[in-house]
Amino acid sequence: MELYKLTAHELHDKLVKKEVSSVELTNALYERIDAVEDKVNAYVTLDKENALAQAAKVDAKIAAGEEIATLAGVPGAIKDNICTKGLLTTCSSKMLSNVVPIYDAHVIKNLRADETIFLGKTNMDEFAMGSTTETSYYGPTHNPWNLERVPGGSSGGSAAAIAAGEAIWTLGSDTGGSIRQPASFNGCVGIKPTYGRVSRYGCVAFASSLDQIGPITRDVTDAAIVLNTICGKDEMDSTSLDVAVPDFTKALRSDVKGLRIGLPKEYFGEGIDPEVKAEIMKAVKKYEELGAEIVEVSLPHTEYAVITYYIIAPAEASANLARYDGVRYGYRNLNATSAPEMTTMSRTEGFGLEVRRRIMLGTYVLSSGYYDAYYNKAMQVRTLIRRDFEAAFEKCDVLLTPTSPVPAYKIDGKMDPLTIYMLDVTTIPVNMAGLPGISIPCGFAKDGMPIGMQLIGKVLDEETILRAAYTFEQATEYHKVFAPLGGNK
Amino acid sequence: MTRYITVIGLEVHAELKTKTKAFCSCSTEFGSTPNTHVCPVCLGMPGALPVLNKQVVDFAIKAGLALNCNIQKYNKFDRKNYFYPDLAKNYQISQFDKPICLGGHIDIVVEGEHKRIGITRIHMEEDAGKLNHSGATISTSDSSAVDYNRAGVPLIEIVSEPDMRSAAEARAYMENLKAILEYTDVCDCKMQEGSLRCDANISIMPEGAKEFGTRAEIKNLNSFRALERAINYEVERQKEILEDGGHVVQETRTWDEANGVTLSMRSKEEAHDYRYFPEPDLVPVQLDDAWIERIRETLPELPAQRQARLMSEHGLPEYDASQIVSTKAMAEYFDEAVKTAKDSKGVSNWLLGDVSAYMNNEGITISEFKVAPAHLAELVNLTKEGVLSSKLAKKVFAEMLKSDESPKALVKKLGLEQVSDEGAILKLVEETIAENPQSVIDYKNGKDKAIGFLVGQIMKKSRGKANPGMVTKMLKEKMV
Amino acid sequence: MKVSAEDVKHIAQLSRLTVPASEMEVFTEQFNQILNYADILEKIDTTGIEPTPYVLPVSNVLREDVVKEGVSHEDALKNAPAVHNDGFKVPRVID
Repeated sequence: MELYKLTAHELHDKLVKKEVSSVELTNALYERIDAVEDKVNAYVTLDKENALAQAAKVDAKIAAGEEIATLAGVPGAIKDNICTKGLLTTCSSKMLSNVVPIYDAHVIKNLRADETIFLGKTNMDEFAMGSTTETSYYGPTHNPWNLERVPGGSSGGSAAAIAAGEAIWTLGSDTGGSIRQPASFNGCVGIKPTYGRVSRYGCVAFASSLDQIGPITRDVTDAAIVLNTICGKDEMDSTSLDVAVPDFTKALRSDVKGLRIGLPKEYFGEGIDPEVKAEIMKAVKKYEELGAEIVEVSLPHTEYAVITYYIIAPAEASANLARYDGVRYGYRNLNATSAPEMTTMSRTEGFGLEVRRRIMLGTYVLSSGYYDAYYNKAMQVRTLIRRDFEAAFEKCDVLLTPTSPVPAYKIDGKMDPLTIYMLDVTTIPVNMAGLPGISIPCGFAKDGMPIGMQLIGKVLDEETILRAAYTFEQATEYHKVFAPLGGNK
Repeated sequence: MTRYITVIGLEVHAELKTKTKAFCSCSTEFGSTPNTHVCPVCLGMPGALPVLNKQVVDFAIKAGLALNCNIQKYNKFDRKNYFYPDLAKNYQISQFDKPICLGGHIDIVVEGEHKRIGITRIHMEEDAGKLNHSGATISTSDSSAVDYNRAGVPLIEIVSEPDMRSAAEARAYMENLKAILEYTDVCDCKMQEGSLRCDANISIMPEGAKEFGTRAEIKNLNSFRALERAINYEVERQKEILEDGGHVVQETRTWDEANGVTLSMRSKEEAHDYRYFPEPDLVPVQLDDAWIERIRETLPELPAQRQARLMSEHGLPEYDASQIVSTKAMAEYFDEAVKTAKDSKGVSNWLLGDVSAYMNNEGITISEFKVAPAHLAELVNLTKEGVLSSKLAKKVFAEMLKSDESPKALVKKLGLEQVSDEGAILKLVEETIAENPQSVIDYKNGKDKAIGFLVGQIMKKSRGKANPGMVTKMLKEKMV
Repeated sequence: MKVSAEDVKHIAQLSRLTVPASEMEVFTEQFNQILNYADILEKIDTTGIEPTPYVLPVSNVLREDVVKEGVSHEDALKNAPAVHNDGFKVPRVID
């Protein structure tokens, strides 16, 4: 049995029963990484020495008969936009290619307290701006289901690492679908918690009002376990919610009897790939068989969500990324003779094209004379999108949609930006409304690429979507299929 | 020749006296080694987030109440975007369209004229870091070193209406504002250290004009004197431009203290477009009546109230009272001294006279003035009781500056007690009359001046110690 | 065209970026494509609709005024591209 194919909860049992040590497990993962990383490119940085030292500590604890947390000694990986003290955190950008954080993100502190293992930092779209992981300064990540395909993004490295067996669990971040879409492209489980559930402190900001950290895992149980560790109020993040965090693993019951599942009709219209639609409808049927009640609902402002997002997110990003000026850290052009020139040259050379495009788009929509037409209008439409969900949730308990209108497509960089943006239509509205959403595997296209479905919950109701996801997972086998690492890179 | 009206509005930045910065828990201590009171938040490290210091809100409310403002219950913060190396995030967290205070005022008196200056708004924001230039000035330096110790220190910006019409009015406004901020203890108001900073918007318009002229914004006014001089200079500069048929350019200028001129700060830089938008990393602050009332209860007696009290309780003239209350420390000194002084006006005279002269001379403030209020009170009492003549009192005061002994002890030490012993004075009077017969005749012939001469002779004999009142009285009695 | 190459240059300047001449045409075109697409927003009447700057109804998250130790001087300057006199060294501030 290859250890890298197991889940965190399975490995926890093995560690506790001393069937395997954390050092053995960690070494097994690095062996797997050595074997496949050339093909996948899921990682930006590996941290083998520290990972093994941490594993040895956990082993000692187990040997001493002490109790350990579920994630203790279980190797995971962290998206490279989450700050790890002493370990390079680059956001897959030349701009931060030399920056070693002087502090830990809140989620990292929590995970360290649980004595988990960090194998390294995963690849991503530069500053999380993209949905293909092609914009990384460190080259694209390849989809383990077919190396010619994109792994999705921006948390493409975190999802591909799970699919390729290069990590047991990973963290991603989700601003407009960046956890859920790559999870669906890679046949994984990915959850974006309610805005404010997880502290953003130490997650390099892209769009502050939308960003949220979440897990990408092999199954729903692991997602619940990681969530248990990372959720909760943090006094360093004003937007982190001061509410009780339930034990999410307790929500994992196979039971959807009477659960009202809403199908928003706008998510099943034009633009959705027929194969994706067919698999989603099969899943709907499955839920019906399991006792759920299916209702059609409407989210009428869905068609405005993409452009609204591509106004709000760049606007916030234009300010969030202003700090990369070459003064305190990061890339600096050394030929400039004045500070303004140094900053302009450093930014122009340090940021890739997509990042520069979004910064400028954001600057434009906030600039004098355009604020009302673009930014303020988008903020008003955001209100309408939020209200759409409130209305829909009067008729149902969860919403079911495709996670992405299409399965993973080819790495060729030929699509124009707007076409790529439009594919985020299924995930973006969830961020706009701050709701929790999960993507789980629900089928395969004829060419073998995974297809994912999204379950959207009410504010702070992660438990219901976890239960619905768990129930489906228990009744299906999709999550048990392992990526073949086929195709030519 | 056209007569011009000057129009001045002031934007004052006051650093709040909190222990920690506005959005992180770093110390606000001044004058440490560069970059020692810093953290990921105020260094603008990737991923760091702001959390608002409650004391900032409390102080802003307090200042607003003291300045007669309407406190706004719904507060949010905005990002003001501009690039500058001392601004760690390259945006400043500030308040744009929802400032915490609106519509206040300060009353001023200039040359006996009372005037009310409107306050448009007060908002909360964070300070930037500091640039230490390698050369003498920003323009001659080929590099600078940025220190973020000050980055994130809380500020309130107090924006006045363009209600002032002269440099003197601007100065009076600024002095009163400083006094109020000091009294409320929200700012330590050290203009030289930059904890209270002032920018002036200045324009002129021909008398009778309906619209204000184009204004220039003058920065770097870090003393009352600089404020007054800069305004006077700028008004003359603008007059000259208009008289020559030119147009004043709307721009930012800086006050060059050494050369006494304002200089344009225009650079190749694009016009500012701050692109304000709501700060998504902070949540709104919703105040309620209870919160505002809780702060109102902490308001101390303010300068205007104190002035009224000094006038009614201590009978001080308006001018004296206004001078005494203009700094909190002076007013507190006065209050302390009059606890034991038998003559409040006497205390006021000392404070505004010899004490102020001494402090000006030494370049110190009342808080650094060594003489204890009780000792000054004793000095006043010794004069009032006739133990010391005013001339001797000055001599004692000079000694008090050098030692911390009480005036009574010093009087004894120096042998300066006034002689009020009838027998002793009588002896001197008789002696003097005998020695100056001509003066006695003159006096009797109605030459009143003669008595002055005789008193002078007696004072000389007594080395100034004889009680002059008694001397005069007894002389008159003897020469009847 | 909503924005010209000249506008793009101005936006770049505000953003402290430059658009290389070789990228300018495609950049301007794609920029316009996105802005043209934004025209669909004109279809919605948003009169009287409050904007949503904060997605959840949370207010008054405040911190007590208590000093906590920040980072060490060494850590503060650890990632600095250039250091001088305990500060972050930058070339002359004025153009």
